[in-house]
Amino acid sequence: MSVIAMSAIRAEGFIPPGPADFNLPPLGHTKDTAPTFDFMGYAFFAGVTKPMLQLALSAILVFVFFYYASRKRALVPGKLQYIGEAGYGMVRNSIVRDNVGSEHFMRFVPFLVSLFFFILVNNYFGLFPGIQFPTASRAGVAYALALIAWLVYNSVGVQKHGFFGYLKHQTLPSGIKGPVLLLLIPLEFFSNIVVRPVTLALRLLANMFAGHILLMLFALGGEHLLTMGGAYIGAGLMSFVMFMLICVLEMLVMFLQAYVFVLLTAMYIGGALADEH
Amino acid sequence: MEGSLNMLGYGIATIGPGLAVGLIFAAYINGVARQPESQGRLQPIAILGFALAEALAIIGIALAFVI
Repeated sequence: MSVIAMSAIRAEGFIPPGPADFNLPPLGHTKDTAPTFDFMGYAFFAGVTKPMLQLALSAILVFVFFYYASRKRALVPGKLQYIGEAGYGMVRNSIVRDNVGSEHFMRFVPFLVSLFFFILVNNYFGLFPGIQFPTASRAGVAYALALIAWLVYNSVGVQKHGFFGYLKHQTLPSGIKGPVLLLLIPLEFFSNIVVRPVTLALRLLANMFAGHILLMLFALGGEHLLTMGGAYIGAGLMSFVMFMLICVLEMLVMFLQAYVFVLLTAMYIGGALADEH
Repeated sequence: MEGSLNMLGYGIATIGPGLAVGLIFAAYINGVARQPESQGRLQPIAILGFALAEALAIIGIALAFVI
């Protein structure tokens, strides 16, 4: 019998974590007692769930932090003001100004700075003790954020070039003529208008989702191995060591995803505002 | 033991985007090593390339759960 088959038999009774673990019941209910409602043939939980509270909490946290960081506005900044200014300056200079362009980037700084810190706090909820659920691993959160970004970059483009001018700007690559345009225009429309928000949302969603599932797998698998006892205890301890290492990796990924989301939004805004060549 | 072959297939499919991300950052490190002052300009380009290559792995994980 092969090694894989043997280990598969020994691991009986272990239920690996899956997408169903992300479908949290409303607060105060279990999955069996929770009230549901029908939407397009699927049953959804009705009520306030943990990710909803996290969204509200993150908005309050970001607001309170920047309110207190910017309240004094001293010439020689204190600790709090220094951290706030460093975070704000990082997003404004290295993300917004470099990608939107130095002429009209200030218009978008409030939106993009708050978007960055909102996503950052929501991602770090995935590792925060006691919460440990990344909000953006729910599809609704990621798609709503991407929808806001999509509305912003398209509306500023339409505002600048006019509706048909903007469509031409986004779908007609400059310097190309002839019948190849028949192929290129639908492709560019598909890529720039339709696929962009979907990949923007899926990138955040899938990273948070996969990271959280990986953490659950090592934590639950380690627990299962430890309770099996005997020679499995060593493997269980190794699993917990891996869990901690992946936590460190996740801290990097969570920051990077917030950064990439805002960077791409800024790039799309910059692209929509760019002048004709 | 539960699970599906989709996940195995997804694991194999990540080789492609994994190589791509590695190549992108190899090129970025090379560029910065040759010309350290170009780091500021290369960094957003590298991260954009990383995000685009990673999109393939993300579409993969979505399909692994859907199919």
